Amino acid sequence: QEMEDKVISPEKVEEAKLKARYPHLGQKPGGSDFLRKRLQKGQKYFDSGDYNMAKAKMKNKQLPTATPDKTEVTGDHIPTPQDLPQRKPSLVASKLAG
Amino acid sequence: LTGLANLMQDVLWCFSQVKGTIDVGVAEADIISTVEFNHSGELLATGDKGGRVVIFQREQESKNQPHRRGEYNVYSTFQSHEPEFDYLKSLEIEEKINKIRWLPQQNAAYFLLSTNDKTVKLWKVSERDKRPEGYNLKDEDGRLRDPSMITVLRVPVLRPMDLMVEATPRRVFANAHTYHINSISVNSDYETYMSADDLRINLWNFEITNQSFNIVDIKPANMEELTEVITAAEFHPHHCNTFVYSSSKGTIRLCDMRAAALCDRHAKFFEEPEDPSNRSFFSEIISSISDVKFSHSGRFIMTRDYLTIKVWDLNMENRPIETYQVHDYLRSKLCSLYENDCIFDKFECVWNGSDSVIMTGSYNNFFRMFDRNTKRDVTLEASRENSKPRAVLKPRKVCVGGKRRKDEISVDSLDFGKKILHTAWHPAENIIAVAATNNLYIFQDKVN
Repeated sequence: QEMEDKVISPEKVEEAKLKARYPHLGQKPGGSDFLRKRLQKGQKYFDSGDYNMAKAKMKNKQLPTATPDKTEVTGDHIPTPQDLPQRKPSLVASKLAG
Repeated sequence: LTGLANLMQDVLWCFSQVKGTIDVGVAEADIISTVEFNHSGELLATGDKGGRVVIFQREQESKNQPHRRGEYNVYSTFQSHEPEFDYLKSLEIEEKINKIRWLPQQNAAYFLLSTNDKTVKLWKVSERDKRPEGYNLKDEDGRLRDPSMITVLRVPVLRPMDLMVEATPRRVFANAHTYHINSISVNSDYETYMSADDLRINLWNFEITNQSFNIVDIKPANMEELTEVITAAEFHPHHCNTFVYSSSKGTIRLCDMRAAALCDRHAKFFEEPEDPSNRSFFSEIISSISDVKFSHSGRFIMTRDYLTIKVWDLNMENRPIETYQVHDYLRSKLCSLYENDCIFDKFECVWNGSDSVIMTGSYNNFFRMFDRNTKRDVTLEASRENSKPRAVLKPRKVCVGGKRRKDEISVDSLDFGKKILHTAWHPAENIIAVAATNNLYIFQDKVN
């Protein structure tokens, strides 16, 4: 009887490792579930309000707090551009251009 | 000249420049997401995750310093895309620039296409070095003059001013993609271009933004039956009717737009047969093609999958003519690369100007070059440690197991957070641009 030397490919070794850690891993890795997850990338929010609040939180972390100098203009008269607080540039220039 | 210099043993790559800052914590917005030379190599554009484009221009070579080839300096920078919100799906649309493609230059202005996941924009970059002075109705500050004070009529004249480079969005091609755009490609007719997402490819005319033609649609009627997605697409460099697109299953389809309006039937189908006994859980994932590029000659295509680069002859569909191992040592690390998602990293690949050398990135800020003629390859590193002016880059070597030599690095020591996904090669010279996270390295061959 001949003994065949069977060399297990490194890929199959890795596969065995993965299956040992995640025994419920799907049979078809390149199949539907995996691809559909790829099609829907990007963070999902509950709605646009949720999104805008998340963005505002991020902006507050990056920029210094607004100066309280500009008092709110309400009711008395129609505001003019000079009355409104300066719009802060919300986007910073690339450091590659520095 | 380039023919001689393309033999690997004669090319010594030297550090030229590095752009970007050394930050302890890299801001996500600063991560470079695309790099592209224009057709003459005079301009080099980068896009980043923050939606910004920075264009560098090569300065004129100085006769006083012949050993220093023209350096690239900032020419223009602008915010191309901003984050948006898809109200229908409650999903964020990232401002990250996925691809930049230059149009060939036809007049003094430069034009480029930049795209995020959903919207393609045509940008015009032009110089202004003169301004009109001596208006009749307004003064130099732009304030209106009192008409009753104007007694003399004069003709405004153009006077020189400090050079100003302006970038203006000329066209916005929106609302044509349900899925995420992965590629754009300018056609050789210079009138049309294509944009490809996971399931569809659209053909646009540069002048028309409210319509596009769908030329490929692989969306199944029932999404449960989805088996593959489009990963990259490109037009043939000379034949305006021909394009290719690659898939997540490792196949490439070549289509001819003359055959039908909807190119669902390919003209050619490139696939390498696989030994079924070698199949593993990872096989399909690592065979997914992350980039496809025509050679400049138009005779070959090059594809990049997770571990290899393959060169295909357009006339032979059943197997590639060349296969190059980029980092085969990762085969025994696939389990952890799957767990940390690195197995899904999308590496790009590029040809040199004469199609004799190909280049792609790897981990640990390594990048690899393969000479197709001599069959020699080299691994180089983009790092601040090798960034003395004109310092020659030392070849790097990864040690697979057993004894590690002094200059080698072991597979387990590789930094998988430092990945080089995007590189570019000057169209005619041995100048390369390598994006290492938030830094852009420019290397040139040694000038004797």
